[in-house]
Amino acid sequence: MSGEYSSGDIVACTYGRTLRKGTYITSRDGHAVVKLESGYNVGVPVTSLSLISRPEAVQPPEVTVVQDETLPRLSIVSTGGTIASRIDYRTGAVTSQFDAADIMRAIPRLQTVGRYRARKLTTILSENMTPAIWQELAGAVYEEIEDGAAGVIVTHGTDTMAYSAAALSFMLDTPVPVIFVGSQRSADRPSSDNTMNALCSASAAAADLGEVAVVMHASTNDDICAIHRGTRVRKMHTSRRDAFRSIGGLPIGIVEYPSLTVRLEPCAVRRGSVEPALRKNLEERCAILTFYPGMSPAVIETFSGYAGLILSGTGLGHVSTLLIPPLRTLIEQGTMVVMTSQCLHGRVCDRVYDTGRDLLRAGVIEGEDMLPETALAKMMWVLGNEKDPAHAETLMRSDLKGEFSGRSTNGL
Amino acid sequence: MDYERLGLKAGIEIHQQLNTREKLFCHCPTVLRTFDERSGEFFRFLRATESELGEIDEAAKEEMKQERRFCYYAYVTTCLVEYDEEPPAPLNPEALEICCTIARTLSMTPIGQVHTMRKLVIDGSNTSGFQRTALVALDGVLPNGGSIETICLEEEAAQRVEGDTFSLDRLGIPLVEITTSPCMKTPEEVREIAAYLGMVLRSTGRVKRGLGTIRQDVNISIRDGARVEIKGVQELDLIAEVVRREVLRQQNLLSIRDQLRDRGASVMEEPEDVTGIFRDTKSSILKKAHSVLAVRLPGFAGLAGREIQPGRRLGSEFADYARKCGVGGIFHTDELPAYGITAEEVGQLRAMLRAGGDECIVLVAADEKKARCAAQQVVIRAGWALRGIPEETRKMLEEGSTAYMRPLPGAARMYPETDVFPVTITADWYSSLPLPELLTTKRDRFVRELRLDPALAAQLVSSEQVGLFEKMVDAGISPSLAARTLLSTLKELSRSGTDVRYLSDEAIMEVLSAVEGGEAAKEAIPAILGMVASGTTVAEALRKCAPALSRDELREIVRRIVEDRRDFIAERGIGALGPLMGVVMAEVRGSVDGKLVSEVLKQEIAAQVQENGNRNGKKV
Repeated sequence: MSGEYSSGDIVACTYGRTLRKGTYITSRDGHAVVKLESGYNVGVPVTSLSLISRPEAVQPPEVTVVQDETLPRLSIVSTGGTIASRIDYRTGAVTSQFDAADIMRAIPRLQTVGRYRARKLTTILSENMTPAIWQELAGAVYEEIEDGAAGVIVTHGTDTMAYSAAALSFMLDTPVPVIFVGSQRSADRPSSDNTMNALCSASAAAADLGEVAVVMHASTNDDICAIHRGTRVRKMHTSRRDAFRSIGGLPIGIVEYPSLTVRLEPCAVRRGSVEPALRKNLEERCAILTFYPGMSPAVIETFSGYAGLILSGTGLGHVSTLLIPPLRTLIEQGTMVVMTSQCLHGRVCDRVYDTGRDLLRAGVIEGEDMLPETALAKMMWVLGNEKDPAHAETLMRSDLKGEFSGRSTNGL
Repeated sequence: MDYERLGLKAGIEIHQQLNTREKLFCHCPTVLRTFDERSGEFFRFLRATESELGEIDEAAKEEMKQERRFCYYAYVTTCLVEYDEEPPAPLNPEALEICCTIARTLSMTPIGQVHTMRKLVIDGSNTSGFQRTALVALDGVLPNGGSIETICLEEEAAQRVEGDTFSLDRLGIPLVEITTSPCMKTPEEVREIAAYLGMVLRSTGRVKRGLGTIRQDVNISIRDGARVEIKGVQELDLIAEVVRREVLRQQNLLSIRDQLRDRGASVMEEPEDVTGIFRDTKSSILKKAHSVLAVRLPGFAGLAGREIQPGRRLGSEFADYARKCGVGGIFHTDELPAYGITAEEVGQLRAMLRAGGDECIVLVAADEKKARCAAQQVVIRAGWALRGIPEETRKMLEEGSTAYMRPLPGAARMYPETDVFPVTITADWYSSLPLPELLTTKRDRFVRELRLDPALAAQLVSSEQVGLFEKMVDAGISPSLAARTLLSTLKELSRSGTDVRYLSDEAIMEVLSAVEGGEAAKEAIPAILGMVASGTTVAEALRKCAPALSRDELREIVRRIVEDRRDFIAERGIGALGPLMGVVMAEVRGSVDGKLVSEVLKQEIAAQVQENGNRNGKKV
């Protein structure tokens, strides 16, 4: 059995006609994986191995980070994600393992932008994010702001980064930049976008900005990172570096690379515009439902007892007329229902067609041009902090953190 | 030269592109494009990363002495995988099958579970910063009794357009890398083994052909020398010369080392700032540089300028190392005064440094940071001159001399490609792979069974058309007709402007079968193929171009022509055959075999001559 060997053992491998020396790496699908002296890994029968020696594990050298006290103090709150990941020999996959200090060691130039305090909140893949962790995160960021951080960088897996950025946008009033950053190509590759994204995020965190934003590649080139408002950003591609896009408007700024020059749009909220505040209550009994042709009314009924439901409707904000009666019942029973559009681009308008008017009569709230995910985070926050339904509805209809654009620019 | 006495040990690495439908880790076609067909460009920076064992590869570190911005050309035939914007697809099974077929032909043992690795290459030739590669089989056998260590399946790198600009059409084409043990002892043996492996690869009929599709790297060392890997020998004919020149280089470097030791030479590690001396120099390089640094090498005078290989001096090696820091080159006092630097300036330099007559001074000129880096590199390389020969990866220059590229890479440059699952090779599948007939065996069989001339047979098996040739012979077409059509007719057509790419194998076979069946004459083949290539169907081309004549119809035409030229024949006798041949051939427009025309015409002329003779006899 492969249990005889552990990672790092020096083994002799008799395979083919030659005896070769190698390092035992792991066991995988019935094969022993051995790294030969040439550097190649091969999967061979475990019976072809014999132990030569078991070297002491070598600790990576401690690198002391020298901080320039004249630079702005920035905080890095890490939640995991590929901006700081490493290969896991258990599964052979890339996992998040580094803490924030490792990021500084990996990207030395960060030390020319600011001095840092690193804080490891959690180490999860972002698909495992929960509203409870959003609350912890908002608390941690608030503490850093209160403690005098000139800016906060949140490292985050890209899959649900937009949800987290939206949630923090509502939970926090921030006088300093709170910058979410991640990478689309893992940090263990020479071409990773992590270095440029991290440097640009640090530069944005030190800039004259006072809101929650996402900083990621603006194009496939290593030239510009876009600064996206936390409530208007969405991951629009599975793998590209420039997956993050501002929807329904332009980014609020850019960071040029390699100069790290920050350029903000007039609409960007400036540093010091508000006093720091934290309202982190969330109502978790909320959901998003994407409508599709033929959806059974029974699906709506399953949300009975929910505090709120975001519908991702078709076109201007529609669902089948068959769903209107169960929606009416749901609303009468106290569930808030907000309509958004699966078109993502453009504004909901339920006053044009009969179905829309019927939805409004049933009590459905138009979600303007809010992204469905942003609407969900907002709803959780609104319902978590406002118990009066009328007040809650007013909040849902109000632009709180730039989630609505007052006028629809051409957007595309 | 007695290579055995010198302790020459050489091995080769052969890189051969495979002719698969798709690339190794994506579904793009394996076609090369011209640069002006590009659909877009983008640019990136690359940086060295740690291996999973926490080390940074030496070769990678060297490439990162400068921050480099790389530009890439994209095409409609490339995708996000080449742009490093999408995870790779699973390992191409067609490529693995070809690789295993080659491995089996070379009696190698396959790896049970093949793991794809990332080999760190940050010279810009891979958008990702690594080349994906998998060790597929071990321990093959060579005809000289030596062994093949490994065969790997790798993705081809992007092609350099110029400088730091690369074209992505070639990136990802599958290739096999065959690495032999250092089992060759003479330059000629290296050439023979390289030729043998090339022949085995082509025997599969599934490898790419043409310039740049096969490259050899050579590993060379001599006793007391060092292992040096020479990259990218494209022409087989140069391979022995490359080995000879590397042996020469190592011998000369060893001899220089001995002389340096005899002289008590040394390397002064701290370079001196001599910018002031060259403030008003005529050398534009030195004049415009912010910083001119001098590396002092006591005891090196005369040796830095010593030739170690045709066109290469020890100084050239210093310059190669310095260039890694982004400088254009170096100057050293063995070659001065020259390049606008005067004897007076050299005198000032020596005086300022109080340099002795046996001291060689190396000058580097650039901005402060680059100059420091370059001077440091010269110190490193000069230090090696005292110790012997550094282990290096070198690139081949024209004619077979070489220049330094980077240190030999180590195991630290390899780490697992986590996005590709390992692939299992079962013993049953491996042993079921059909072995190709070796081209040498095929050549002998053609001579023996098809009675082909040995030279023609050799030409055939080394041609890309050998597969089609065999199909033709199997279909009953005569070997000589098939060989002639494939080896010369098609080439001639191509030369005269016909685009033979539009000729399918089936069409060529159909035409030749028609000729064999007497439906058309051999002479009409170029005309028929020409018409087919420009879009006519085979049947139509046969009809238009070659209305077949029966022997009787031919005889009728010939008789008429002979009759019309009665006087001419009377005058010339059988000598009229040549001129009349042209007349008949023009009339039958290639629809009849020339041999047949000649035969009939000869008979008819003879009959006429006879008749004339009889007639004349009667008269007299």
